[in-house]
Amino acid sequence: MNNNSDISAQLAERVREAHTKGTALNIHGGGSKDFYGRQTDGEPLDVSAHRGIVSYEPTELVVTARAGTPLNDIEAALSERGQMIPFGAPRFVNCTLGGAVASGLSGPGRPYYGALRDFVLGVKIINGKGEILNFGGQVMKNVAGYDVSRTMVGALGTLGVLVEISIKVLPQPVSKLTVQKSLATDVALDAMNRWSGRPLPITAACYDGNNMYLRLCGSNAAVDSARKKLGGELVETPDEFWQKLRDHRHGFFSGERPLWRLSVPPATPQISLPGKWYYDWGGAQRWLRSDAPTEKVQAAAGAVGGYAECFRHGDRAAEVFHPLPAPLMKLHRNLKQAFDPRGILNPGRLYKDF
Amino acid sequence: MRAQENSRPMIDRAKMVRALHEFLPVTAVLFEAEDLRPYECDGLSAYRHIPWLVVLPETVQQIQQIMRLCHRYEIPVVARGAGTGLSGGALPLENGVLLSLAKFNQILDIDPRNRIARVQPGVRNLAISEAAAEHGLYYAPDPSSQIACSIGGNVAENAGGVHCLKYGLTVHNVLGVKAFTMNGDLIELGGATFDSPGYDLLALMTGSEGMLAVIVEVTVKLLPIPERAQILLAAFDNVERAGAAVAAIIADGIIPAGLEMMDNPAIRAAEDFVHAGYPVDAAAMLLCELDGTNEEVSEQVMQVRRLLQQCGASEVRTAQDEAERARMWAGRKAAFPAVGRISPDYYCMDGTIPRKQLAHVLSRIGEMSKEYDLPVANVFHAGDGNLHPLILYDANRPGELERTEEFGGKILELCVAVGGTITGEHGVGVEKINQMCVQFPSAELQQFHAVKAAFDPLGLLNPGKAVPTLSRCAEFGAMHVHGGKLPHPELDRF
Ligand SMILES: Cc1cc2nc3c(=O)[nH]c(=O)nc-3n(C[C@H](O)[C@H](O)[C@H](O)COP(=O)(O)OP(=O)(O)OC[C@H]3O[C@@H](n4cnc5c(N)ncnc54)[C@H](O)[C@@H]3O)c2cc1C
Repeated sequence: MNNNSDISAQLAERVREAHTKGTALNIHGGGSKDFYGRQTDGEPLDVSAHRGIVSYEPTELVVTARAGTPLNDIEAALSERGQMIPFGAPRFVNCTLGGAVASGLSGPGRPYYGALRDFVLGVKIINGKGEILNFGGQVMKNVAGYDVSRTMVGALGTLGVLVEISIKVLPQPVSKLTVQKSLATDVALDAMNRWSGRPLPITAACYDGNNMYLRLCGSNAAVDSARKKLGGELVETPDEFWQKLRDHRHGFFSGERPLWRLSVPPATPQISLPGKWYYDWGGAQRWLRSDAPTEKVQAAAGAVGGYAECFRHGDRAAEVFHPLPAPLMKLHRNLKQAFDPRGILNPGRLYKDF
Repeated sequence: MRAQENSRPMIDRAKMVRALHEFLPVTAVLFEAEDLRPYECDGLSAYRHIPWLVVLPETVQQIQQIMRLCHRYEIPVVARGAGTGLSGGALPLENGVLLSLAKFNQILDIDPRNRIARVQPGVRNLAISEAAAEHGLYYAPDPSSQIACSIGGNVAENAGGVHCLKYGLTVHNVLGVKAFTMNGDLIELGGATFDSPGYDLLALMTGSEGMLAVIVEVTVKLLPIPERAQILLAAFDNVERAGAAVAAIIADGIIPAGLEMMDNPAIRAAEDFVHAGYPVDAAAMLLCELDGTNEEVSEQVMQVRRLLQQCGASEVRTAQDEAERARMWAGRKAAFPAVGRISPDYYCMDGTIPRKQLAHVLSRIGEMSKEYDLPVANVFHAGDGNLHPLILYDANRPGELERTEEFGGKILELCVAVGGTITGEHGVGVEKINQMCVQFPSAELQQFHAVKAAFDPLGLLNPGKAVPTLSRCAEFGAMHVHGGKLPHPELDRF
């Protein structure tokens, strides 16, 4: 790749300057998730030119890349060596590695392979004082110091500018297929959770309101025998189906009505809220298109031990993430202070307060 | 922040005992010398302190009251699970309260539909899998100490096990914790869901060595018990070949459930102890476990057998039945106590390295073993690069412990030099605190201290552990000058 470059020194300089002047910065990667989180203003800090794979060793199962590297480039490089990032973060259009890590979102494989945060091994960041810091590393097991690397995941850039990230990768499965079955919602929720509790090579399970889809990955023999147990019909273009779900390109996701993401215990029965539902993660991540007021959606999620965030559309100037209890909010503020004492990194993107 | 580990309590001990007795039964507060002695150390017995007081609460509310009381009088608190830690994380303080969570041993709920278990922090690791078994489920992380260590201690150390190559560490298998910060605030991080709003404080808590909050409840993920598990044992005439075999298996697209290596001294010690049928003449031995569906395991066993032979294994064996599989694992899981039988004392190191550095690191350890005149046995979570060199020594011989510590420190520095880390799963505790200065520059250490202060501004929870002060590093650096360059040059020397 010839457009690789290391601009970390310039980025750090910009942050130091902003720290001195107290200028708010709006950290920007590929812009694929500009819609996500709260609206912020602040001077743009563009990380997308800081790109390139720094190291990739297939037998170590680790890739290290600069934050501005498009996720597509990384996946293409892995694919050449028969490997993959199993958490399948949504790319939408033009997603960078840094943006994926900062937003912390995971794709359909999450319940079975693990979340994006589970695969982060180390990070290089610029904190709010403009210091370049390294945490974690490139090895699988590392408990030296607090796990700052994973704390960056989902912080939406409010604790530091991600500069470089090391992630664990896995081999691609030898064989995979997807089956579908037409079922009612309750039956599908029950089935997804029953099957997920059995020793089968299931790596994704979703329900679109009509059909349940189960993806199987593994050795030829394992996938074949599981397919017999599950029944159902084969999906003809399974990769396309899951990619479309991953990147929100199914019809369900188009339109301007607020899109909510509910994170609930997977076997939770149907939640009574007006709107249309799409169930991913075997029922643990539920997408809702609804005009219901925020308090109502969050109360319903809270009542079943879950959380709700307004993912897309709706009022981005209001709070969009599930409210935190007071002691947790206090810890969040303290932690923000610990990394970014003048509050210059994406202030207000996560919660209004910081 | 004061150095809380040395400061004098603001209240005298008898008064504190009276204050505790207001809400704790008499038997839950220990202060007599003979009652305190059992708590003087954890699994790293080279370090010992008699605690100022030991408290054994039975209810969550009592824990909160203890925290508030200690907070008010600025008394340091050290949490203790089962005390099996190997880095001195639960080493008590002479001016502090040792808070034992031993009585919190109840499994509160097993929810097979959502595949989770909610447990108290003192529950033993293995007890969770035992309780979940009737639902066909288990808790994956399996430290060798799993019959004794507590889940609270596992979270605090981010414990690993022989199956974490495929199933991850504690951090990958815990969904939520409830904990008290030092001021007595109850915080709930995560729960029965796959993620929760705000910062990932659950990740931050995991592996924080009891420095940020005291865990009072844990929700863990349960997995379906695999249909079948099959173990292969391979013997090698040299360590390089065994290392190459590890890389070859992974390059072939297989992630074994476990992939462990032992060198000759470790093989011999384990064989003498449990008679697992190990090849006592081999230079190195690999244990490779494959699990999954019946068909998948059959396929992979053939594939791995072929790979091992191609890599020059002098012998490849598969366990014929469950009893033989259990025996093969028993040798590995008992490796530490086995080494304990052949030497008066041993010192267990815990560095992680990139796998490709294995042969180099083992040969350097061999050389240093001669220099220091101290034998070493190596046990190795080969799949994920986590090395456990066990240095054999005799604490009764003057100077030998000091020599051992120095040798151990050198091994950790070697791990850092090849791109690894000083601790993969046992934690820094008091043991590796100097090596933290080698792994991290001042700015990172300061960031860690800032994180700590966000949770515990007075620095009362487990002070003096895990993250060294900069002045400590300066002192340590003065003794360890690398290539003419002083680490942490910005600090004053004394
Ligand atoms: C023979 C042997 C084999 C071992 N094998 C392994 C292995 O394979 N993998 C591995 O990872 N480790 C291993 N260990 C190390 C040890 O068992 C683990 O670190 C374990 O997680 C410690 O649990 P514990 O309950 O004994 O904790 P303790 O030793 O009591 O405490 C450890 C740390 O956790 C803190 N802590 C304990 N409970 C809480 C709580 N409720 N809230 C907050 N902080 C708390 C303490 O303050 C301390 O810092 C082994 C130890 C031995 C002796």
